[in-house]
Amino acid sequence: MEVTLKILRFDPLKDKKPRFQEYVVEVYEYTRVLEALIWVRENLDPSLSFRYSCRMAQCGSCGMLIDEVPRLACKTLIKDLGRDEVTIKPLPKYRVIKDLVVEMDDFFEKHRSVKPYLIRKNREEQEKPKKFYVQLPHELQRYLNYGYCIVCGLCSSSCPNFDSSWEYLGPQALSQAYRYIVDSRDEGFEERYEVLNSNSGVWRCHFASECSENCPKGVEPAQAIQMLRRMILSFSFKKKLSLFSEKIHRLSKQ
Amino acid sequence: MLILGTGIAGLRSAIEVLKASNEKLSVGVISKVHLMRSHSVAPEGGAAAVLSENDSFEQHAYDTIKGSDFLADQDVVEEFVRRCPEEILQLEHWGCPWSRNEDGSIALRLFGAHEVPRTVFAEDRTGHFLMRTLYDTLLRYQNFERYDEFFAVSLVVEEGRFSGLLALKRKDTSPVFFKARAIILATGGLGRLWEFTTNAHTTTGDGFAMAFKAGIPLKDMEFIQWLPTCMVPHGIPATEALRGHGAILLNSEGERFMKRYAPEKMDLAARDIISRAIMQEIMEGRGWKSHGNMDSVLLDARPVGEEKLLTIYRTFVENARDFIGIDPLTELVPVRPAAHFSMGGIDVDISMKTEVMGVFAAGEVACASIDGANRLGSNSLPMCLVTGAIAGRSAVSYAIRKKESVNVSKKRILEEVDSIEKIIGKRGDFGVYSLIKRLQRTMEKNVHVFREEKGLLEALKTIRQLKEDYLNVGLSDSSRAFNVELIHLLELGFMLDVAEVIVTSALMRRESRGAHYRLDFPYRDDNKWLRHTIARCRNGGVEISYKPVRITKWKPEERRY
Repeated sequence: MEVTLKILRFDPLKDKKPRFQEYVVEVYEYTRVLEALIWVRENLDPSLSFRYSCRMAQCGSCGMLIDEVPRLACKTLIKDLGRDEVTIKPLPKYRVIKDLVVEMDDFFEKHRSVKPYLIRKNREEQEKPKKFYVQLPHELQRYLNYGYCIVCGLCSSSCPNFDSSWEYLGPQALSQAYRYIVDSRDEGFEERYEVLNSNSGVWRCHFASECSENCPKGVEPAQAIQMLRRMILSFSFKKKLSLFSEKIHRLSKQ
Repeated sequence: MLILGTGIAGLRSAIEVLKASNEKLSVGVISKVHLMRSHSVAPEGGAAAVLSENDSFEQHAYDTIKGSDFLADQDVVEEFVRRCPEEILQLEHWGCPWSRNEDGSIALRLFGAHEVPRTVFAEDRTGHFLMRTLYDTLLRYQNFERYDEFFAVSLVVEEGRFSGLLALKRKDTSPVFFKARAIILATGGLGRLWEFTTNAHTTTGDGFAMAFKAGIPLKDMEFIQWLPTCMVPHGIPATEALRGHGAILLNSEGERFMKRYAPEKMDLAARDIISRAIMQEIMEGRGWKSHGNMDSVLLDARPVGEEKLLTIYRTFVENARDFIGIDPLTELVPVRPAAHFSMGGIDVDISMKTEVMGVFAAGEVACASIDGANRLGSNSLPMCLVTGAIAGRSAVSYAIRKKESVNVSKKRILEEVDSIEKIIGKRGDFGVYSLIKRLQRTMEKNVHVFREEKGLLEALKTIRQLKEDYLNVGLSDSSRAFNVELIHLLELGFMLDVAEVIVTSALMRRESRGAHYRLDFPYRDDNKWLRHTIARCRNGGVEISYKPVRITKWKPEERRY
């Protein structure tokens, strides 16, 4: 069957503004958007730029806006889109480098800012381990699903409140903070508390839930953010309570 | 200090350099893709390590050496197996979610040609979780710069010492010269030399070619692993672990054919043996025509059971359902061998250093002779971790000793930059993609599971013709912004160099050992060929010599499964 790919092209070094270009591609039952794009580049137009690598929904390179939904091109079967015309644009919320290739540096920095690694109070033991930490299967299950994140950026690109160059950390970064916080081996909640509770943190989420809907790996960032909010509230409350009781204690001594 | 390549070996070595030098050395971490997008994200199966009481270093070493068809260097293997458990433990302390037993201890599963279950795993996303753990852990350090999407063009060596790396910043195609005391090459494999491969589109053998061009020898390059069970038509693997949990292979007559090839181990024999068995079945007309009109055999994963399939094999089930529309819970999955892993690579010693001072290598691109002629499943992930860590430590001690820098010949670098500039927008008689296809076709046809002189000569002829045509290749994309066609053209240059080395090495080895099977020389010949192939770049061609295999405890014997 023949399908028309309508692709938004833009080369900031040459073009004044983006334009659509159409390509007709022969597809079969299991042709994915990625294969169609590769076929176009190899046979019709080698100047078409897009990222891809593993072609098995694991590396996170080929995120793009396919029929107005952020998806991985390698995970999207053309027949599932149900139309003979497919519109392909770069992921929104990121600056375009060329065609379907977008700038992701800020996005990676945001991820980094939540300290997305296992924090232990005893760093020396962590770096020179003697024996395994014990982790029961149900403790593992608490965070495992959030660990499926492949850093593809589809969630943040789906979020109405996210823009890579603005303040809000976005669902990817926040869900990855949560992944470590609920890991029974991690002791870093307090270290992450400030950034999560800040202006760019969890309170910016308006619970549109688009992030969870569009995640290609079934991670649920929206849920992670809600859970983080609860943890932060309860932590702030406890902190205030202890400050308050300290104050009472001091007053009673006077 | 530079790290080139950011798969498991690259990230592991970057962390080790920062850790071992107490962040005193500054590190540039360079990747042609984004740092966490390397193909190390793909492995499903797991990592072998001696962690149970019924296991021993001795046994892991023997299994590995037997698997290698006795071409492994035994002292290196002994060192390797001793270091695997500490890496598994270290990764766990950095957050890797190894799958656990009910009591919270680390779970183990059985893999092909290992005598006991010794494979640790993180569901069937082991590679993904290792990559995430390492990437995340790297973010903890301060004294490194990341260079996402910088394409390395050549290693610059002056007076026998490394002096720097020439690369292109892909965002705007600007040339960048990195001056550094040392480099660790961790650029991964070369699967894309073939049409049907498990490897990512970006796995094009760049590091092998760059080292070779810089005068560093490549070792045992004729030994390429075919992963037996890859789903057609895309080449996405169905993990070997499935067969450890009961999945079996059937031909089109419904026969469990492995019983004829490996009566004892059957579907859990070494990978080279199963790959040949599958191709034999197909050649003798007992294959199954499947997607894309490709011949295959059938993997029956139903014996694994629904509970396991939907939990620890979820990725496999999703891949089969999403990509080829087959449900492994009820249907048979069409599979065939795909080019998977390079046993050979940049010749390194036990400390991961090469012949050129300041150049180290780790992971798949390096060959310390752990895998010999055939690698065991689940030995590659610990190999990437172990060799990454060792390379990191060796490079640190080298860089601390050698403080003075080497003079760099600006002229040479400018000449090279100029030649790349001339390619952009160049007109020519050939397109990049038609040349890549011709290369992949000849490799698929002539340099596969079964080889013989006639086919290898034909491949060599084609490669040499392609090298000539390469000089006359044109580019249609004249943009400097993220020019993918240009990168593919440079990759093709690397691929042609590596292909020539592989075919020449294969042509010269007149025996069958491990993954290198010659129809015209079907037996292993220890008298003549128990030795490593060494390929060097001489006057633009390939010069072959040999060096002995180091045997410690285990005398070569016939390999039966």
